[in-house]
Order: sequence, then structure tokens, then C-alpha cells
Amino acid sequence: MKVLMFGWEFPPHILGGLGTASYGLTKGLALQPDMDITFCLPKPFGDEDRSFLKIIPMDCVPVVWNDVNWDYVNGRVGNRMDAQLYFDLRDHIYSDFRYIHTNDLGCIEFSGRYPDNLYEEINNYSIVAGVVARQQSFDIIHAHDWLTYPAGIYAKQLSGKPLVIHVHATDFDRSRGNVNPTVYGIEKDGMDHADCIMCVSELTRQTVINHYHQDPRKCFAMHNAVYPLSDHHQKIVDQRIPFRERKEKVVTFLGRITMQKGPEYFIEAAKLVIERSRNIRFCMAGSGDMMNAMIELAAAKGISDRLHFPGFMKGDQVFEAFRDSDVYVMPSVSEPFGISPLEAMQSGVPSIISKQSGCGEILTNCIKTDYWDINAMADAIYALCTYDSLHDYLQEEGINEVAQITWEKVGHRIRSHYDRLTGAQ
Amino acid sequence: MKTICLYFEIHQNIHLKRYRFFDIGTDHYYYDDYEDERSISETAERSYIPALKTLIEMAKENKGFFKCAISLSGCTIELLEIHAPQVIELIHELLDTGCVELLAEPYSHGLSSLINEESFKDDVRLLCDKVKNMFGVRPTIFRNSCLIYTDEIGRMVSEMGFKGMLTEGAKHILGWKSPHFVYNCVEAPKLKLLLRDYRLSEDIGFRFNDSSWSEYPLFADTYMNWIAQLPEEDQVINLFMELCALGIFQPLSSNILEFFKALPEQARQRGITFSTPSEICGKIKSSGPLSVPYPVTWVDEERDISSWLGNSMQREAFNKLYSVADRVRICNDKRIMQDWDYLQATNNFRFMSTKPSSIGAYRGIYDTAYDAFTNYMNIIGDFITRVNNLYPDMDNEELSSLMTTIKNQEDELVRKDKEIEKLRQTLEHLSGDKPKKAEAPEEKPAKKAAAKPKKKKTTEK
Repeated sequence: MKVLMFGWEFPPHILGGLGTASYGLTKGLALQPDMDITFCLPKPFGDEDRSFLKIIPMDCVPVVWNDVNWDYVNGRVGNRMDAQLYFDLRDHIYSDFRYIHTNDLGCIEFSGRYPDNLYEEINNYSIVAGVVARQQSFDIIHAHDWLTYPAGIYAKQLSGKPLVIHVHATDFDRSRGNVNPTVYGIEKDGMDHADCIMCVSELTRQTVINHYHQDPRKCFAMHNAVYPLSDHHQKIVDQRIPFRERKEKVVTFLGRITMQKGPEYFIEAAKLVIERSRNIRFCMAGSGDMMNAMIELAAAKGISDRLHFPGFMKGDQVFEAFRDSDVYVMPSVSEPFGISPLEAMQSGVPSIISKQSGCGEILTNCIKTDYWDINAMADAIYALCTYDSLHDYLQEEGINEVAQITWEKVGHRIRSHYDRLTGAQ
Repeated sequence: MKTICLYFEIHQNIHLKRYRFFDIGTDHYYYDDYEDERSISETAERSYIPALKTLIEMAKENKGFFKCAISLSGCTIELLEIHAPQVIELIHELLDTGCVELLAEPYSHGLSSLINEESFKDDVRLLCDKVKNMFGVRPTIFRNSCLIYTDEIGRMVSEMGFKGMLTEGAKHILGWKSPHFVYNCVEAPKLKLLLRDYRLSEDIGFRFNDSSWSEYPLFADTYMNWIAQLPEEDQVINLFMELCALGIFQPLSSNILEFFKALPEQARQRGITFSTPSEICGKIKSSGPLSVPYPVTWVDEERDISSWLGNSMQREAFNKLYSVADRVRICNDKRIMQDWDYLQATNNFRFMSTKPSSIGAYRGIYDTAYDAFTNYMNIIGDFITRVNNLYPDMDNEELSSLMTTIKNQEDELVRKDKEIEKLRQTLEHLSGDKPKKAEAPEEKPAKKAAAKPKKKKTTEK
């Protein structure tokens, strides 16, 4: 079975959870021997893991016919794409796109991030997708998140193949209900055209059904999973000083500091705990549009000496942070899934998550509170830092539980939907 | 000739309120009065009152034939006194029929029997006094909280002067043996054990209204047939359950009360009688010792203590609570002693269970086991601080060494008393004036006199 996937992020260069989820999901699927995945990315760096899938860099796909020779192309894109593919794709340019700014190869440049001219980039992405969809052969289309929905729709219209869209988040989650009409429009259009909507949690599924008015029969909850820690990360985590020997306990928030993640509730809870304890420190890692406001809030509450902002973390830093943490808190106001508590639990850090988080649907060995219930959250933080047995129990059982949540199982569930859609079963 | 021993437990725990860690040190009241009132009145209305009325009716109609036993935990008596005094009146009325025996149990419905002998004995004595005060009888048969039993507990119970004890007839302790005989404790051969027939008990307690059960619907004649068809040698059929089974676990709409009302007549037709536990202990000889090295209870399929002490959280909470047991026992602060009774209840530990199969996922105000643990530990944190504040400059070791000294001296006094007694007897013997018969009556008051000062000492401490 050949799958054409559209995505926006892929490790190691990731900005949020979408990249991690895309990686895990494709890798889990690729374990099935007859699975052939082609993954389109706006701007891969060339150091992605290509052992189990093909990556098409969208910024190397020509949309304007330029006369260039093979060696030149190979020199320009060879590290990221087979030069031959460039020429194959060039044969499938379907319209005159000279009005768009292109480079010397006739390709559109992408930032691969979330720039200010995001709508333009989304539009360009779907133009390029037209070329890819004409050249590639595939059985099914799978589009990740709203940025790639237009590309997916276009590919479906061209090929007539079924479209699966994967809802990693909706604008209702990101905006606490005040949706951006343009984004909503793109999302709804994608869902309307989809043959199957995979949502990362039941919570998201309900949003899709109720706010996007989709037929419940084509919406499915497809919970994310997590990969076992790599040996390298495991080594970092194993350097942890045992809980009982640590005099100062560290409580960590790790994620984008934006409205969706509920950082202010973390600070409010921290205030309650700091007032009544002497050995607990708080750490708010990450960056985002609310970071400065949060620094100010912490200062106004007078807890800046015990609440620290180390900034954005990636790669090993994340696991170093987990290693030095005793409690992980995710107070998200609305979290479609939230993969980070799973990673924290994997690293042996007991987690407190909000009941409004999708991952809570598949986790039992963590503490769940309402995001607004700062008393409950403070109480849970205090308990995890104070009562050894609770900490030990959740640490141990958390590791065991997360070990059971694998992408391979998710891959099998996705496959059964593919088979149903393509009529293979 | 078969006889049925019917026993009902009456227990409702005192509900703890939501207690955040920032309440530690500032708020010393731990209970949710509203929930207590709501739950006890609901239980009384739906179960206790109709069930007790039925039992009274059965006792009156089958004068001298129908018999049963009940026991109340101390906390429940308190709750009933405040919120549902009509239940107490009904129990009085039931006792007046003369067909009901009251059993003893720990006042707190707690787990002290597993960890602290002195606290356990005090706990039981407290309940016996309460029952004596309220109902005018002193129980002679004992049942532990949730029928927890080990050989060690048997020994303690026997030392307190009880003649018999109820416990679970679990498969893993009985093996090939049958629960339909009377056994005795290995460590204290005088203590007789009545073992619950869990299948027949749970047929009523759990399955009666279960329409997916193969025997549904169950009628009194079928049920009595099952008992009548048991082997000839089987003597005692022990049916122990919570009184809540009548009305809460099995709703009144299932006609459970009608089922009960029909039982005496059906039994009579088949030559089966009813007996109270003390009658059985008095009449029937033990068929042998039963060894139970590890705790057995009537809870869950495992019938062990894993519902309360199954995970590390429960064990920490348990150990923390009983770490101050000695200090609480020798204190005389009424509020602390009251909190001690309420906090020990097994229900508090049950809420922290992470076992997947625990019957009735009821967790009260708590969402999860972790929530229950956190709340309880916060309360214990405050409670322990209060207890320790009573003994500001004394560490645990010092205290326990003092306690051992006191205990040793007490033992010595008892020994001395006995010695004096003996010497006095030999003296009397040597003088040889009095006939042998006079010795016996004199022995008794002397023993009592010896026991009295000892008791006073424990209370004075």
C-alpha cells in the first residue's frame, strides 16, 4: 500500500508536538512490510531519518520549467533529494506559475516554520502538491494538520484517491474558543472533503463533530503513542539522583508558553505551594507569546526567586530537564493530545495533567485535575514532592504504563482504516 | 441437624472532607458533615430501617426460632445517634425480642489488629463499653473489621476473653476442609472460629438481583434446598453479610425482604434451625485447629488485605498513621482520640486502592486513588503534628523505651499479684483449717482485686 503524506514538521527540526507525532506515526506504520510511505515536507534539512520512508522536499519541487542540467541540480538538491526525481517532477508541471517568486530551479522557497505570511505558504504548498500528486502513484492520501489540508484536498481531486486527514489540533484548542475565521475555514474545508478524519483524542473528536459539524461516522479517535527512549536519552535520564536523596524538589512545566497551555495556572499553583514549603522549586521551560507576561506575573506574585524560566529546550536538553525534575505539570486549557506527559512519565517523572488533555484518556497512572482548579493542582504538586510512596508508585507504574503505548499498535489501527477506505478488506 | 448462623454488619464510615495541604496546621476539623448526614440518612432510609423492621417482624412471628446477630462499629453508632436515631430505636426493639445477639468489633472499624496489639485491644474495649452503655449487654463473640483474621489476632481476641470469633471461610485457608464446621484458633485453642460460607452469603449479598446470574431469580425454597442438600455431617451454615445488602446492594424492588421473610418457614419445613454465634460456640465442639498465618478477610476475590494495603501508597499511609498509635493511646486529649477513631476506618484505605477489580469502584469524593491518598496524607500530616505537639520534647525512641519500662513493670505487678495469690493459698493450705471447697470462692474476688488496679493504671497513663 502506497501512502502519500503531507506534513509540516519532522524531527530533528521540530517546533512542536506535530513533528514528533508525524515521526512516530509514520515509523509505526512503516513496520508493516507492505507499507510504502512518501512524506512531503516544506523544508527538510537533509538530516532526517529516511530509513523507513521517502521524503519529498517541497522546496525542491519545480513548478516553473527551467532549463538546468543534471549536475547543477545534483549539486543544489542532491543532499536532500535524488536529482532524477527533480526531472521526473519537472515533467508534471501543470500550469504557468511564473507569477510566483521562484528560484533558479523553478522551485518555491519555504520557511518550513510558522511565518507571518503563513497563508501564502500554505497556498504555495498546495500548488507544489499538485505537481507531486501528478507524478507520484499512491493508494491513499494522509494530510497532517490544517496547514496541509488544502494540499490534501487538491491531491484527492486530482487522483480520486481517498483522503484521510489527521487532526492534531483545532483552532478551538489554540484560541480558547475565539477562532480565527480563515483558519477555521481551511480546517472545515479539509474535514468536509475528507473520507476519514482521525483525531488524536476523543476530546478532539467531539470538537470536530460539534464545532465543525462533521459526521460522527467518519471521525475516529486515534490516540498518539510514544517511542521508547533512545539509549542516549536513557543514559541522560539514568543519571537522575534518587528522589529521596534530593533535598530540593523541582516541578517543571515544559511547552510553548501560550494561552492554550495554561501557563498562568501553573504560576498560580506555584505561588500556593511556595508560600507553604521551603524545598520546592519551579521551572517553566519553553518560549511563546505569553512568556514575558508570565515573567511579569511571577515577579508580581513575588516568587521569581523560586520560579525559573530557562527558555526554549530541545533535544537532549528536554531529557536533562526531565532528569532533574520531580514532577511534571501540564495545565493545558485545551490539549488535543499532549505527548510530553508521556515522555515525562517515560523518563520517570510523575505527571500532573489537566482533565482537558486528550492524553488523559489513555493514561491512568498520573494525576488529573481541572486546569482552573489551582488548589487541586497545588495539592497534587505538594503531595508528589512530599509523599515518597506516591511519587515512587507513579514513577514506577508510569514507566510501565507508557511502555504499553506503542506506535506500532497505532499503526495497525490506522492500517485497518486505510484498508477499509481503499476497499482492500 | 443443620443450623444457620445469620450475621449482619452495620458500618458506615465518617467521610473526610477535601483537605488541601495548605490547611495543614490551620484547620483541625477533617470531616464532611454534610456528606455524613446525607449518606447515613440515605442508607438508613433505603436499607437499615426497612431491613431492621423486617428482622423484628421475623423475630416476632417466629418467636424463639429465628435468630441472628448484628454488630455496629463505634463510628456508625455515633453517626446513627446524630442523624438517624430511629435506627438505634429499632435495634433496641430488635434486641428486646431476645433473638438477636450483639457482637463486638473494633470501635474504629480499623486495621489496628495488624500492627498494634495495645491499640487494637483498646479499640475493642471502647466498643464493648459503648455497646454496654447503649444496649446494656456485653458482647462475648468478636468479629474483626472486614473479618480480618490471623492466628495472632485469634490469640489477642482470646486474651480479651471472647469465646468465639467470626471470620471468612476462604478457600486458600480451608483447602479441602468445609466451612460448615466449628474450628478453633491454633494459638488459643479455646477460641472458636465460625467461618463464613462465602458462596451462600454472596448469593444473597451480591448476586440476588443480578439477572445475568444463572440462578436468577432466587427464591427462598430453592435457597433452603441448597442448604438442606449439603452433606449430613455439615452442622453450621454461616451467612455473614452487610446489612446494606438488604436495600442498597440489592434494592428493595428486588423483593429481598420478602425473600428473607420466607426463610424461617422454609427452614422449619426442612428441619433447619437458626442459632446465634454464642449458642453455636457453646453447643458445638471444635472439629480441629485452623492455622491462618497470613491475614484473611471477606473482601474481594483475593480475600486478603490487598484492598487496603495492596500498594505502596496505602502502606505508607498505614505506617504513618500507626507510627503515632502509642502516643495517641497514652494521651488524654479527647479530640485527638476521636480523630484517631475516625481516621483508622478501613474505608479510607480502600479509597486508595489501585486494584482493577475492587468491587464497587465507589471512591466517595475522590476522583482517583491518588486523590484519595493525597487528601488522607494531608490530614494525617496535620494529625501527626498535633499528636507530636502533645509531647514536644520527646523523640520516638525515648517514648518507646518508657513505654516498655511501664509495660514491664505492669507485667511484673501482675506476676507479683499471682505470686501473692499462690502464697496466700499455700498459707491457707498449710494452716489446713479450712476445707478445700472454701478455696474456690475466695479465689475469685482475689483475682478481680488483682485485675482492678491494673486497669486503673492503664487509664491513668
